[in-house]
Amino acid sequence: MTSIDVSKLTIKDVPNKDYFLWGHGACPGCGVAIAVKNIMKILGPETIAYVPASCLVVFGAQYPTSSFDVPYFFTAFENTGAVATGIRAALRRKGKKAVVVGLAGDGGTFDIGLQALSGAADRNEDILYVCLDNEAYMNTGIQMSGATPFGAWTTTSPAGKVIKGKRRFKKDIDHIVAAHEVPYLATLSISHWNDFLRKVEKAKRIEGFRFLHVFTPCVPGWRSEAAKTMEIARLAVETGMWTLLEAEQGESTLTYKPKRMESVTEYLKLQGRFAHMTPEDINTLQKWLCMKWWVHYKDQVEAPPCEIYRAEKPMAHDGDPLHGV
Amino acid sequence: MVMKVISANQAVAWGVRLSKVEVIPAFPITPQTTIVELISEFISDGEFDAEFIPGESEHSVMSIAVGASAGGVRTFTASASQGLALMHEMLYAAPQNRLPVVLVNVNRSLGAGAGIWLEHNDSMPERESGWMQVYVEDNQEALDMVIQAYRIAEDHRVMLPMMVCLDGFVLSHTVERVDIPDQDMVDRFLPKFKPLNVLSTDEPKMWNPIVPPDYAMEMRYQLDWAMDSSRQVIREVDLAFEEKFGRGYGGLFESYRLEDAEFALICLGTATTTARAVVDELRAQGKKAGLIKLRFMRPFPENELVEAVSHLKALGVFDRSISVNRFGPVFTEVRSALHDSKISLTDHIGGLGGRDLTIEEMRDIFSFIEDSAAGGTERKVFWHGLRGVQL
Repeated sequence: MTSIDVSKLTIKDVPNKDYFLWGHGACPGCGVAIAVKNIMKILGPETIAYVPASCLVVFGAQYPTSSFDVPYFFTAFENTGAVATGIRAALRRKGKKAVVVGLAGDGGTFDIGLQALSGAADRNEDILYVCLDNEAYMNTGIQMSGATPFGAWTTTSPAGKVIKGKRRFKKDIDHIVAAHEVPYLATLSISHWNDFLRKVEKAKRIEGFRFLHVFTPCVPGWRSEAAKTMEIARLAVETGMWTLLEAEQGESTLTYKPKRMESVTEYLKLQGRFAHMTPEDINTLQKWLCMKWWVHYKDQVEAPPCEIYRAEKPMAHDGDPLHGV
Repeated sequence: MVMKVISANQAVAWGVRLSKVEVIPAFPITPQTTIVELISEFISDGEFDAEFIPGESEHSVMSIAVGASAGGVRTFTASASQGLALMHEMLYAAPQNRLPVVLVNVNRSLGAGAGIWLEHNDSMPERESGWMQVYVEDNQEALDMVIQAYRIAEDHRVMLPMMVCLDGFVLSHTVERVDIPDQDMVDRFLPKFKPLNVLSTDEPKMWNPIVPPDYAMEMRYQLDWAMDSSRQVIREVDLAFEEKFGRGYGGLFESYRLEDAEFALICLGTATTTARAVVDELRAQGKKAGLIKLRFMRPFPENELVEAVSHLKALGVFDRSISVNRFGPVFTEVRSALHDSKISLTDHIGGLGGRDLTIEEMRDIFSFIEDSAAGGTERKVFWHGLRGVQL
């Protein structure tokens, strides 16, 4: 396996054997289930999974059954980085090898789990931390998290008569993790499979703290159709709502460049969570995206279509694609 | 065997080293910190082969301990007060996953009226969590109980974590003569940790999945049953320890001049030393005073206690914390155990927030108990050393 050129792997190289099995209780079209099923195929049997409170903890294993065909542990919400640290310490003492993977949600990573994530990243613990980002606390019934995008409806950012949806932009968790100078960090989408496979394979092989941030649409939380999960994930990348990149030993690179920027309305219109958005709010989001687009792609791809791009182009930037807006 | 003049915190660090603990996650908090400082020194000097993991909070520290213990290695940490409170959520994960982690809690007051000084209101609320809880009286007992704790906790009849509680500053920062046992004697006393289940790819198992109502209640029953089984194991281990090292602590509790006593006090930790001196004074005056040093709050020695005090006219309870509106926690436990007894019971609260418990106050406590033996008081609870008027 070590002789494989990871950069040449394609979706055909994803192993067949499942370690996250059928029979789980996820919703049809669940991005998290699709991501976990494939991550576990790639990681294989020599893996120990820690799952904090999340949808995955509910649909992945309920006594006496489990969809995880590897050792599995759950204790609480905010401690993925810490419990994984302890599991790794025990393996080290026993001289055993295995991938210790934490499979956390966005709330368990961006918000309540941020401290334990930072501690583990800072100690450069030899663990693989996966953030399955569906942009809200879905398990408890769609509450706003630090990962929720601007304008989105959730049950705690309702589309009210005065305040319509979330008023803040998505927290830049990748930049926060990168600031810990971790050996490997990557963003993934379940729409781009060659890229997905390469990043999980790479993360599996690197020693030290690895962070995979996976874009995972949520049918009930995003008010979308189950059949549109892949399309929404793809449009997130094509509109700049999600950027595919990786950072290895401080060197960050874009792993996929869209040919041209799609208007954000193409992405928004497939999801009921954005249905209430006013033209002004859509314009605000589009402006934010255009700036983000320029930061990441500059002149390497076709310029974004909005006026604001030209007006605000000369912004401070150090040329690092990770340094998003 | 080496004799050293050291604090209880240093004695604990020696106990951890002699117990060949493998993983020690920790976060600093007064008055615990000197325990993990000395452990770090042992490791950094190459004298102790273990991993010290500086967690970024007590919550993470207990999470790391739970992960490492599930991975099948002997695990230790120490905390106090606010730190123990921050761990609270994860404290439950250890007993419910049957992980024999040992934690030393250096008792310190919790919450407002903020301070770093001695009170038992940090560890007492955690007695519901499924951790065994022992309170020690001196520095030697602190060291010895770390070693005993692993043998008790890792016994397959038990498999529960143990909290060794010691009084902040009174023990943690006070030096005494302590015997450091020889490593080979400890090795013969304390077998290697043999976990029943290990989080390992050798034999994949699911640990703590969501457990529906069809099964969760049985888990609680098994936990309660394991705690009950630990009473026998605690007695056995203390006797085995005494046989090997020449020092025993009486197991669940120790009685002092109790056999022919008419009235007695029950207390925990360092208060026992003061009480013992007062019992001797009273005995010299011909008064039939006795003492119980309650060592374990969990498992609580209900049957043993009922039997030991059955001949008394009055029993006082000393509490170094208050369960607001419901007396001290030791009193509520003792009164519950003695609910159908005719013994006059009184609760004596003192030494809160680090206030000194003086020998004069202890004499007062015994005099109240003596009065209650003669039917002299209707009152149930007394605060001792309180400034101003007691309502």
